[in-house]
Amino acid sequence: MQALYAQLLVGLINGSFYALLSLGLAVIFGMLNIINFAHGALYMMGAFVAYFLLNLGGINYWFALLLAPIIVGIFGMILERTMLKFLTGLDHLYGLLLTFGIALIVQGVFQNYFGSSGLPYAIPDQLRGGMNLGFMFLPIYRGWVVVFSLVVCLATWYLIEKTQLGAYLRAATENPTLVRAFGINVPRMITLTYGLGVGLAALAGVLSAPINQVRPLMGADLIIVVFAVVVIGGMGSIMGSIITGFALGVIEGLTKYFYPEASNTVVFVLMVLVLLVKPTGLTGRAA
Amino acid sequence: MTTLTDDTLRASPRAMRDEMIAFAVMALLLAAVPFTGVYPFFVMQALCFALLACAFNLLIGYGGLLSFGHAMFLGTAGYCSAHALKVWGLPPELGILVGVAAAFALSIVTGYISIRRQGIYFSMITLALSQLLYFIYLQAPFTHGEDGIQGIPQGHMFGVLDLSKPTVLYYVVLAGFLAGFLLIFRIINSPFGEVLKSIRENEQRAISLGYRTDQYKFLAFVLSGTLAGFAGSLKVFVAQNASLTDVHWSMSGEVVLMTLVGGLGTIFGPVVGAFVIIAMQQYLASFGQWVTVIQGSIFVICVLTFRRGVIGEIAHYFRRSL
Amino acid sequence: MKHSISAMLLGTALALGAAGGAAAQDKNVKIGVLTDNSGLYADLGGPGSTVAAQMAIEDSGLAAKGWKLDLISADHQNKPDIGSTIARQWIDVEKVDIFMDVLNSGVALAVNNIVKEKNSILIDTGAATSDLTNAQCSPNTIHWVYDTYMLANSTGQALVKAGGDTWYFLTADYAFGHALERDTAAVVVKSGGKVIGTVRHPLNTADFSSFLLQAQASKAKIVGMANAGGDTTNTIKQAAEFGIVAGGQKLAGLLLFITDVHALGLKVAQGLNFTETFYWDMNEGTRAFSKRFSERMKNKAMPSMVQAGVYSGLLHYFKALEAMGGNPHDGAKVVAKMKEMPTDDKLFGQGSIRADGRKLHPAYLFEVKKPEESKGPWDYYKLVGTTPADQAFRPLSESACPLVKK
Repeated sequence: MQALYAQLLVGLINGSFYALLSLGLAVIFGMLNIINFAHGALYMMGAFVAYFLLNLGGINYWFALLLAPIIVGIFGMILERTMLKFLTGLDHLYGLLLTFGIALIVQGVFQNYFGSSGLPYAIPDQLRGGMNLGFMFLPIYRGWVVVFSLVVCLATWYLIEKTQLGAYLRAATENPTLVRAFGINVPRMITLTYGLGVGLAALAGVLSAPINQVRPLMGADLIIVVFAVVVIGGMGSIMGSIITGFALGVIEGLTKYFYPEASNTVVFVLMVLVLLVKPTGLTGRAA
Repeated sequence: MTTLTDDTLRASPRAMRDEMIAFAVMALLLAAVPFTGVYPFFVMQALCFALLACAFNLLIGYGGLLSFGHAMFLGTAGYCSAHALKVWGLPPELGILVGVAAAFALSIVTGYISIRRQGIYFSMITLALSQLLYFIYLQAPFTHGEDGIQGIPQGHMFGVLDLSKPTVLYYVVLAGFLAGFLLIFRIINSPFGEVLKSIRENEQRAISLGYRTDQYKFLAFVLSGTLAGFAGSLKVFVAQNASLTDVHWSMSGEVVLMTLVGGLGTIFGPVVGAFVIIAMQQYLASFGQWVTVIQGSIFVICVLTFRRGVIGEIAHYFRRSL
Repeated sequence: MKHSISAMLLGTALALGAAGGAAAQDKNVKIGVLTDNSGLYADLGGPGSTVAAQMAIEDSGLAAKGWKLDLISADHQNKPDIGSTIARQWIDVEKVDIFMDVLNSGVALAVNNIVKEKNSILIDTGAATSDLTNAQCSPNTIHWVYDTYMLANSTGQALVKAGGDTWYFLTADYAFGHALERDTAAVVVKSGGKVIGTVRHPLNTADFSSFLLQAQASKAKIVGMANAGGDTTNTIKQAAEFGIVAGGQKLAGLLLFITDVHALGLKVAQGLNFTETFYWDMNEGTRAFSKRFSERMKNKAMPSMVQAGVYSGLLHYFKALEAMGGNPHDGAKVVAKMKEMPTDDKLFGQGSIRADGRKLHPAYLFEVKKPEESKGPWDYYKLVGTTPADQAFRPLSESACPLVKK
């Protein structure tokens, strides 16, 4: 029983990454109608930027948590201004193809310069060590990841669903022409939204840097799982993608305990089941 | 919404004739390869991928469905053929049959699941399904994990054609490719193909005309998956191994790239695209590190400036359908 | 094939103006380094293997004796089909005599088959699979540096001897992981230890915490990692986080290289135990070679054992060719000669090549230093134990290789 609690908690940690990434995907999809295949590569960039900040600029983890998403977010906005922008009005699939190409380029360049084994990034001193919770030994850093990403997710949800800016965003998704008529610069909003979604991916990257090795391919396989998460949850609502992310993390954690052999396939199997029962996804409206 | 293919081109008897001429030229050129000194193994590999890309193109170019998981058919058929040839000791023709049958079964199951969603969701679902299969093959004992199934005997096709002779093998592979290609060509120009095209253009209208579009899409998916499997079975004889590479998502991505470079929804585009990409892989092998970067750049360039692909641009210029 | 080779030989002979005994006097050799230049193993072999091959060519001094040694390299991208197409083309078109490096077991086994079919030579220094000299052994292939059986054997034996008698395995759930676990467990039990549990994790897992929790709860003295690459480095990194080593358990890597330690950093990797057959800081000879090697590397890396193996293997190949007085372009014949001659170089010391193609040399169990013990970059290991050459590898009595006469 004790072990079970431990696995539940561990599952939540993975869920945090799924939630942050699928949230970013949902935000971008809502505004740009693009499935951002480069999301995994940008997540990886977040981790690398944190590494560079520390090793070249002596900038510690805490500032990296703020700076890396901004830097990668700006990179994302440049991508949007120089490439994605031109896809407006074309079939959605071109967005998928373009971002897939971008992902290949980014991952290839990083592999070329930094090899594949990866680079070390230490846990910040303040979060080192762990607590004995009685039923498990919880590294403090892991606890921090869960709490912090939960806060970020909720803040994003609040920003989009409850603020003036969010209202503009949602309105622009529904009817860009009308919003433009109100004097709002829609293209700029699109760029900023892409930056925000990308920033969330980069943030997840920084969070994972001390846990996982900082490797060029760290996001490549993860993004496919996140796609499955997104299919399960549907991209209709922000809250939906957050909850699905955390829930699937927990389910995966439980699988690791009861039947570890299937833990990397469980998300996909769930996706199949959901599709058979409710093709639009758990929270999604018809696509 | 702008569609994926060039709508200015309409099928006509004249277009049909152009295509038949182009097909004859292609077949003759390919048949002449062993006499030219071009390295036959390279061409054989490219032919297998060309067939795969054509099968993929049937789905995207004529059905409007972008599958990001076509490697699963290639790999499944490859593994099953390899196993049948090596472990069961079946002759080549039956080995191919086993592989194609496996791909057929798989495409029925995955088609049933993935056809339930449209557009981007369809792409993500096929990707996720192929990743699921990747993990299954990784763990299944009969695939030998990372080692793959190696040293597959080539044997004698129909008891007489000695496939260990490169020239014989070449013509068998070429015959397989041409047969598959003609079948796809036939499908596209059949009433079924016309309905498929109309679904791609405007699904709502097709539904209102009384077509059960889901059934058409499902059938297109199964045809595409089965033909992709045929390519996978042929490839086993060329590479003499079956490995995880063929089920990995990067393979699915490569197929998309081939078709995109050649021209989505063109008949000959995928063939040209496959040759371009395979040639690139071979001749850039010594630049190792940069192959993925180059492939990514081609994706980006194609999407931004060259959406019709090589053949599509040519066809558009001459106002012919190719 | 035979026809074209003799035609080529004739051409060369005429070009040299030599009459008669063409084969014996042909002094052209083409070496192909087939490796992973861009993927997971690029640091382990990759461009470094080409540098090592270049150094072997220079150090052999053969050029001064009228030999012409050419070197080409290519990236197999860890794909067996690309690897086998390149291999065929190299043999048929480029007339490559010998394949070096060829890491990645899938590619190695594919190339192994082609090399046998076409009577070329493969000196594999990078692949882990022990099948290369077991069920799939070939008269054209030599497996130079290490294999899974040896790693399991050496690490298992030495650690049990050092008191690590209870084991818990973290195993990657596919054929490779299972083989490593099976071989190691057998050695542990044979040496008097006990296996108290196993957990199988999927390949390419990002998060190992639940598996580590299970390992921790088992209270085994040794946590054996029967996995590779990113999985191993992630396990190690997260084990440090969960305080596995700090809690008194030892981590044993069953397939780990110095490049991994370099990537992890000593803070995380300290206390790890694992086996390699080469370390740059073993003696004068290895240090001198490694210093020269490192100066030529873009990132100033020290050589891995795979890269060292390329150098050592090629030197032995050259010795055999020199003894034969020319290049006969007959793979099996040259390999037979190489097996006849004892090996001796500065990197792996004295050794020999067995009938099944297995190169024999001692295996070393290393422990990774604490950060405060390290004197500088790449000063990572202390030697814990040595398994002599004749005990390190799979005994011929257990071999399934058809070349072994029983």
